[in-house]
Amino acid sequence: MTNSINEIEDAACILSIGSNTTVTHPVIGLRVKKAARNGAKLIVANPRRIELCSVADVWLRHRPGTDVALLMGMARVIMDEGLVDSSFIEERCENLDAFKESLKAFDPDFVEQVTGVPQGKIAEAARMLAGNSPASILYCMGITQHSHGTDNVLALANLAMLTGNIGKPSSGVNPLRGQNNVQGACDMGALPNVYPGYQKVDSAEIREKFEAAWGCSLSSTPGLTLTEILGAALEKRVKALYVVGENPVLSEADASHAKEALEALDFLVVQDIFLTETAMLADVVLPAATFAEKDGTFTNTERRIQRVRKALEPRGNSRPDWWITCEIAKKLGGKGFDYGHPAEIMGEISSLTPSYQGISYERLEAGGLQWPCPSPEHPGTPVLHTERFLTASGKGRLMPLEYKPPAECADEEYPFVLTTGRSLYHYHTSTMTGRVEGLNMLRDRELLEMNPTDAAALGIANGDRVQVKSRRGLVTADAKLTKDSPPGVVFMTFHFADSPTNVVTSPALDPVAKTPELKVCAVQVQKLKG
Amino acid sequence: MLDEIKFAIDGTQIKANKGDTILKAALKHGIYIPHLCDHPDLEPFGGCRLCMVEIKGKGLSISCKVPVEEGLEIITESPEVNKVRRIAAELLIASHHVDCLECARNTDCKLQDVASYIGIEEGRLKRLKRVIKDLPIDDSNPFFIRDLNKCVLCGICIRTCGEILNVGAIDFAFRGTGTLVATVGGKPILQSRCVSCGECVARCPVGALVPKNAERPTREVSTVCTYCGVGCGIKLGVRGGRIVRVRGDVNSPANRGNLCVKGRFGYDFVNHPDRLTSPLIKRNGAFVEATFEEALDLVASKLTDYKGDQFATFASARITTEDNYVVQKFTRAVMGTNNLDHCARL
Repeated sequence: MTNSINEIEDAACILSIGSNTTVTHPVIGLRVKKAARNGAKLIVANPRRIELCSVADVWLRHRPGTDVALLMGMARVIMDEGLVDSSFIEERCENLDAFKESLKAFDPDFVEQVTGVPQGKIAEAARMLAGNSPASILYCMGITQHSHGTDNVLALANLAMLTGNIGKPSSGVNPLRGQNNVQGACDMGALPNVYPGYQKVDSAEIREKFEAAWGCSLSSTPGLTLTEILGAALEKRVKALYVVGENPVLSEADASHAKEALEALDFLVVQDIFLTETAMLADVVLPAATFAEKDGTFTNTERRIQRVRKALEPRGNSRPDWWITCEIAKKLGGKGFDYGHPAEIMGEISSLTPSYQGISYERLEAGGLQWPCPSPEHPGTPVLHTERFLTASGKGRLMPLEYKPPAECADEEYPFVLTTGRSLYHYHTSTMTGRVEGLNMLRDRELLEMNPTDAAALGIANGDRVQVKSRRGLVTADAKLTKDSPPGVVFMTFHFADSPTNVVTSPALDPVAKTPELKVCAVQVQKLKG
Repeated sequence: MLDEIKFAIDGTQIKANKGDTILKAALKHGIYIPHLCDHPDLEPFGGCRLCMVEIKGKGLSISCKVPVEEGLEIITESPEVNKVRRIAAELLIASHHVDCLECARNTDCKLQDVASYIGIEEGRLKRLKRVIKDLPIDDSNPFFIRDLNKCVLCGICIRTCGEILNVGAIDFAFRGTGTLVATVGGKPILQSRCVSCGECVARCPVGALVPKNAERPTREVSTVCTYCGVGCGIKLGVRGGRIVRVRGDVNSPANRGNLCVKGRFGYDFVNHPDRLTSPLIKRNGAFVEATFEEALDLVASKLTDYKGDQFATFASARITTEDNYVVQKFTRAVMGTNNLDHCARL
């Protein structure tokens, strides 16, 4: 997030798009509802009717995968009606002319036709966003999990810049990150192209810094992304894989392909707290400690580094992940893996990571700190980009965009769009929540959410067993008839191993972020007999 | 400070912020005024009548609803005040199940606080004795119990569900002595719109809403929830190697004490019998338990042959930042490749 969770309540306007906030980030959902209660204007853009729609001033029910058209359509209204924040654009932005040029393609008729949202409603939302400052944009995987997810994010950044809603409290472009420490994992360079602190592996200067610190020579070639690694495994280019706390057999798009890839490996090591569907395929399984059994830090969605404290001894012979990895490293001759406690690891992190330079366990005792925190005296940074952007010129670049349809659209053979998400009661592949009896009682099976009109046409009643089939595979689930799903769109979670939804989903990738298009694929739905 | 207001409680000069109620200002200064239905997270309600005070020159008032004013003189103890709040307290206690020693809220109960402050006389209570409620206990929710026999009708649960959650699963039903907190149609809470967040359970001042299998922890550890990216601060209550209670950390800027159903109740996995407790090595298609030494030796001997770009690592958005640092350092410095990613995109 460019901004902080607490600031949401003080926003004058909130645009929530591609986020089922009350389900996936329930406590942030409370802040949004509080803001609405305080009088903030709330715009919800979501093909599905989510809980926030009930408190929204405007609900834009656009077709899945048409976010760029919707957002550029709003930008066009803001531009045409002279609602832009001219001084912000003048001082802080560049590329306005090219951007204006690209808006020409998004005339209201075209936008209405693509998105299915009446143009009056889009204009109303645009005026609301531009007319109520500060405005905060919240988004989640409904924006990023598309073959044009990067364009979606850029479209949001455009809107924020046009309306001067970045670099000040209660504004910003705020991705709500889905996992406890996805931010920390990215910050630490658990990515193929960057070292900790997003320092590029292909920069000679940076690489030399890490080579000197670690006492070794390092590869200058950026590595493969998760999806690419699986592809490379199938082609026998990657032969050994070390999986720490991930379950790609259920979480990866086109999951059958992921499973085949793992089976094609010469050697698979999985380190986890349970024998997951992925661990079942391993040659060696290493037992890890849970969050409650170790010290460390998690970095939350607002970049706040917070202490995780050991409350229990690790179960049985399980061990903290850092300890296990260090032991493997030492056995392979690695130097510099003799840490006695995570505090020492944080010491090394802060010495090599400019944005974490001011972080230490001593300071974290007094509460979390938001990066960038470049020195031991620095108080942390609740709001990013207050003076300049991280571009060469320091200015925010308005990005011309074009609308691209999803990689796979509904057609005669596969007439429905399947979109996926989470349930409130489970988490990701249910490795943890599936082992909490009470949560299973609240939600124990996969459901295919479907509009009653569509169901009626197929003779499907509430609770009927249905088969959902795409070009990649098929799964079964119980039908749940609900107007939360618009006609033509069906919805499933990916929590349940016995209905592995990702067998069906599309592996089409965003060309920049390499994120799979989990939010749109074409399926057919059929009632199963008996 | 511009918005600072000076007034007096029982002759003591107090400074308060404009807009604060008398009760809020008093509690902030460590002055106890009996109360049940007031909660700092919620709008003033004025239902229990226990926080009655006398405002000099104005008469009796409920302190939870009256904002402080410059120069007010508040009297918390007088025969009139005493009489009103004693009756209010006695009426509540007379119809309450007084099985305190068996109650999960024992010693942490606002009704006990009120009773011990006001002082209860058995003789007076007996005169008031009327039919004790005997309502069925609603244990339909997997995580908490609703025992309306212990409910004091403070409305905190209703207001929590409405004001904070905007869910509105419950409301007052019926009238007079028959008043109850109920779901639509009086159905079990599990069949209502309840999202099981437990925010009402955390705020219930008495034993009407308590967690199932409530156990008092030996100690609490401040840490961070392991589910989504909000990073809610939690107090893990542990006892005998188990997590027995979880509370939201009110001092955490991420959640200010709020939690969702998973963050409050979703930790049984930690001690689940399915937990991996030993390294496993696959031999002839089946897993066999091994020592760490054996497993690590095998991993190291195999991985020696795959250094460079034929090796890859999936790190994790679930493990700590320090864990991730070590994993990426190992992959890059020891295995010599940047083939490293995690499920940030999933």
